[in-house]
Amino acid sequence: MATTERRPEIYMGSRIPQPIPTVLRVDPELDDVLTVNFGPNHPSTHGVLRLIVDLHGEHVVGIEAVIGYLHTGFEKTMEHKTWWKCVTYPARVDYVSFQYNELVFVLAVEKLLQLETPRKAVWMRMALGELARIHSHLVYLGTAALEIGAISMFWYCFRERDLVLDLFEMVTGVRMHTRYFQVGGLAEDIPRGFYDEARAFCERMPKAVDEYETILNQNKIWLERTKGVGLLNAEDAIALGQTGPNLRASGVDWDLRKREPYLAYDQVEFDVPVYYGGDVYDRYKVRVDEMRESTKIIAQCVDRLEGMQGEPWIADERKVVLPPREELHTSMESLIHHFKIVTEGYRVPEGEVYVGVESPRGESGCYLVSDGGPKPWRVKFRAPSFAALHATAACMTDAAIADLIAIVGSLDAVMGDVDR
Amino acid sequence: MTYEGVPGLVETREAFGERTLVVDPARIVEACEHLRDDGFILLLDISPTDYLGWGELGVAGYFGTDSGRDLNEPAAQGFARTPDPKPKRFSVSYHLIRLAEGAERVRVQVWLDEDESVASVVPVWPTADWHEREAYDMFGIVFDGHPNLTRILMDADWEGHPLRKDYPLGGEPVRFSEEE
Repeated sequence: MATTERRPEIYMGSRIPQPIPTVLRVDPELDDVLTVNFGPNHPSTHGVLRLIVDLHGEHVVGIEAVIGYLHTGFEKTMEHKTWWKCVTYPARVDYVSFQYNELVFVLAVEKLLQLETPRKAVWMRMALGELARIHSHLVYLGTAALEIGAISMFWYCFRERDLVLDLFEMVTGVRMHTRYFQVGGLAEDIPRGFYDEARAFCERMPKAVDEYETILNQNKIWLERTKGVGLLNAEDAIALGQTGPNLRASGVDWDLRKREPYLAYDQVEFDVPVYYGGDVYDRYKVRVDEMRESTKIIAQCVDRLEGMQGEPWIADERKVVLPPREELHTSMESLIHHFKIVTEGYRVPEGEVYVGVESPRGESGCYLVSDGGPKPWRVKFRAPSFAALHATAACMTDAAIADLIAIVGSLDAVMGDVDR
Repeated sequence: MTYEGVPGLVETREAFGERTLVVDPARIVEACEHLRDDGFILLLDISPTDYLGWGELGVAGYFGTDSGRDLNEPAAQGFARTPDPKPKRFSVSYHLIRLAEGAERVRVQVWLDEDESVASVVPVWPTADWHEREAYDMFGIVFDGHPNLTRILMDADWEGHPLRKDYPLGGEPVRFSEEE
């Protein structure tokens, strides 16, 4: 593992070393190998993941992941729903960073429609997206630490997670799977009082992150369980399609928010944390630092949003966007539009698009094909968790069975996202 | 940046600000190696699409049973215009990104008929392993030379490929009493 290079830079090599283990196979000359079934229902598998682990003593010598227990057929179902009904589904694909999946789908549909969203919606999407990032990292940190014995972290993290969900509830009426992003903008205006609550949260969150670090950074058990465990170098990470925190923990300075700014990420100040160890500890450090950066972004979004009082929150495109409720009582035209959109759905021009965004787990992508009708022809989600889980075998060098738990936790795969 | 040198390049399309390179399926590995060495070192996704019944009324959002009973509202099927015909039944799109400033993206696409297969790109990008298994599982697309082309999301003994357009959403055919 090359850890000498300390300057953040983009990995520019073109030759990817071969072969990289995607499945760890048992050395046939090794005797006394015990094959253990791990999961699918195990408290430390982050959902329904099944691993078939070959053990030699305590050492993992072979591993195979069996996935699909949470395969729900979202992509098939969405082909049978009108575009506007589909918005409900993506949030349930990756149920931990729900808001970000909703965002990528809505952005893809808007790309096909070539629809501009008002700036208030853009900034609010950014604020909620970053809240979702904090939420996702809190769930990661709480559960990953819990799995290797640090139970107090779980309570601390879920305390702040509750505050994030309170904010979501305030804005959208529900705590998860909000369906707040609509094609064209937001479902409703931002409620009164949100800015104050969000500010209070932004003040509290950095202190909370300090607390987490106080608990873990000096903790001997935590350090020994995470440092130098689950190594993944930059070349392997790229060859295995890693994105997001897993890639940045391996020393690749790659963040779509900086490199291919969508929404208004080019107008906010934030840093991209990059670490070079490529181990479980660095994946933890990247995520903890990202929580701080996300808090900064939310504070900037709130500042900008406050200056946009009274501005529209959804595009004025009556063929796609539902008319305001009160107009239905007075305007025949609005009633017709409402009826057409709700029953038949709006039509999306023929074409294929791919949109990628930097979700908490890496590049979350959405590939859409439209035939010009009211339903998608094909929806495909590029799931960062799917790629992350694929890298498990490559991280297993000299790992013991107890490290396996730490490694799977640190890759932060959400099974809903893996199986779709 | 030009793509003239990509082996087996059939057509370059630009739409919605995205570039699609249609490549001869027989030369997909060469094309991918060329692009990888050119800087597109990250394979993000392999997305197949089934175009069975593309542009025909009553097929978009096919909703029915094994025997083909169509439960769709006919009103929901009207097109503003007939979509452009597709060359073959399946397309397989490889989404690549260049890890450099600007994050240039490109979509490599091959077209396949039902009985055709395409070479596996696992030797080019190891991450293709699971993506190709998923494509095989969901669409029945065969990738020659794949180290372990088995089902990944569905059970090993599952019949059919769920994301194909001729695979019904309902799954189990309903038996009515008069048929017995």
